[in-house]
Amino acid sequence: MAQDVAAVASGVAATSGERPAAAEFEIIPLRGLPVVGVVLVGLVVVIATDARWGVDFFHVVGGGFWTALDLFLGFVLGPILGRLSIPARVELTTRLMPKMLLIMPTVVVCTLAAGWQLARQTGDILSTYPHHSWVVASMCVVAVMAVVALGLLEPANLAVLFELKKSQPDGEIIGRLMKRFIYSAGITGAMQVATLIIMTRMATA
Amino acid sequence: MTAAPEAPPSLVRDRKLPPVAEVAIVSICMMLIGGVYLAAQLPGRPSLVLPVVLVAVGGALTAGDMVVLSRIRPFAWPTFFLVLKWALLAYLVIAGMLEYVFVRDNTPGPAMAVLTATLVVFALDVPTILAFTVARFADPGPHGSR
Repeated sequence: MAQDVAAVASGVAATSGERPAAAEFEIIPLRGLPVVGVVLVGLVVVIATDARWGVDFFHVVGGGFWTALDLFLGFVLGPILGRLSIPARVELTTRLMPKMLLIMPTVVVCTLAAGWQLARQTGDILSTYPHHSWVVASMCVVAVMAVVALGLLEPANLAVLFELKKSQPDGEIIGRLMKRFIYSAGITGAMQVATLIIMTRMATA
Repeated sequence: MTAAPEAPPSLVRDRKLPPVAEVAIVSICMMLIGGVYLAAQLPGRPSLVLPVVLVAVGGALTAGDMVVLSRIRPFAWPTFFLVLKWALLAYLVIAGMLEYVFVRDNTPGPAMAVLTATLVVFALDVPTILAFTVARFADPGPHGSR
């Protein structure tokens, strides 16, 4: 991973003087908003009705998506992205990142809200629960991921998209932001490994 | 969301700005520490001293951050507010969803008040970071010094 990041960083530095062409795309894919709305309404309904299967579904599906996407972006797509040519990187970024702006917050809120409700129903949230320390550990991991994702990754993602919207995007700004994006995606990927360990420990405890 | 205005290359790229995003990240860290501390002890009645101190300091940092931000000249304010309004909408929905969960669980009043304040600061910090990060690389343009 460290070698991948180093290669990406050097690739970005080498290409930062190039000017990628402006791209036509939507920063927020408006067609996806109704889907997000339906998912969030579904989440509210299962929480309001205390539907055990429903909250379990939202937590497992949301968590599965969240973990898989973070691992895939952090360890597979991120390093590949850094090695692509500038036009290919622009093409991939402008197609993938707008969707991620809708998908990630949605799966995160589904996982957390449903997970809290599930833990309340099962009693895992109680400090008397024998493996409560694992629950607290998972909260700490989520907190670290939140700081990295909200403070570094998502802002870099959005700023790259805005830069690419300009008629003359600045390659150096994009390179700098992409480096930040790739590093922080790697960190969240590593945190997701910790989440997998914690969740499997709790499931088999 | 529409496109940002044009940015002149090196002037925008290399200018020094106050650490608005960094301060907001510190504030988010405080909210998360307070939130995890409270959540780890619910549904009991944990001591609120630490979370109250964290939310007060984090809130003060956020307020100070807004003041520092408002004094930046020139700055791409149209771009900043464009991102801010959409991000604020998104994070109010997210914070509202978490608030709903805590209300639904009959979280005790004092803890609920601290969690609500924590979510409010959180819902201000994240859009500020997003909007600032985008606007710092945008052309301040003719409205940049308003």
